[in-house]
Amino acid sequence: MTRPTLDGLAVGDVVGTRTVTFGRQDLVRYAGASGDLNPIHWNERFATDVGLPGVIAHGMLTMGAAVNLVCDWAGDPGAVVDYGVRFTRPVPVPDSGAATLEVTGTVGAVDAEAGTVRVDLTVTSGGEKVLGRSQVLVRL
Amino acid sequence: MGINPAYAGREYPPTAPYVVGREHVRDFARAVGATHPAHHDADAARALGHPDVVAPPTFAVVVAQRAEAQLIADPEAAIDFSRVVHADERITHHRPVHAGDELVTVLHIDAVVERSGLATVTTRCEISDVAGAPVSTVVSRLAVRLAEEVPA
Repeated sequence: MTRPTLDGLAVGDVVGTRTVTFGRQDLVRYAGASGDLNPIHWNERFATDVGLPGVIAHGMLTMGAAVNLVCDWAGDPGAVVDYGVRFTRPVPVPDSGAATLEVTGTVGAVDAEAGTVRVDLTVTSGGEKVLGRSQVLVRL
Repeated sequence: MGINPAYAGREYPPTAPYVVGREHVRDFARAVGATHPAHHDADAARALGHPDVVAPPTFAVVVAQRAEAQLIADPEAAIDFSRVVHADERITHHRPVHAGDELVTVLHIDAVVERSGLATVTTRCEISDVAGAPVSTVVSRLAVRLAEEVPA
């Protein structure tokens, strides 16, 4: 597996794009795997009772799914040394069908001395940003 | 009442060790759609220098949320979990998490802020191995919508 090197990277380079879909089953699977059993992620009645538009995806599922393209690009998931996001908008997941997310990773900074690159993720659903300030620091 | 402001600055005792299982790493990787072989195949992980399958970057939050439950479940903290919204999250890995790790977490409440219908609490989980070497730092900001501000 070839891995990217710092000297081949420039700010603005696109490291990858990906389309991710979440159906209700994906939310149940994430609830089980993460232990986050908050009913807003699987119970429509509960979600609307607390003022949400309906069942929404776990923010941590969106965050977890968005970083995959960076792990795959880096060639080693252990190369991710820092990852932060702001949850700007909930992702409603319909009873049938799925929510679709578009993820793009762009080089935001290269630090040759530290041996790191910052990849900025743009994550949208229905044309709206669902994550803000989404930055992944990768050691290459 | 969103969050008891007296909780700012609080530090909780270390949790019991959390043992990271290989099948759990694989299940979590499947749940977030992480298909890199290092999450699933121990030989592929070893080829990259890891001792066993590597957890996805956000797995540390699973460990952190168990520690955060000490705050959420504390009746004196007065947090209505049904009104909690995740505002932001940051994970710093001092080294990757992998199967076989035994992780101990110390939960810190760094800040409690209340304004314009929202109360926010910033928690910091310092995750280390059982020998005390740092593994991950997880900083979460949770927002609690105040009941009287929710439209009918």
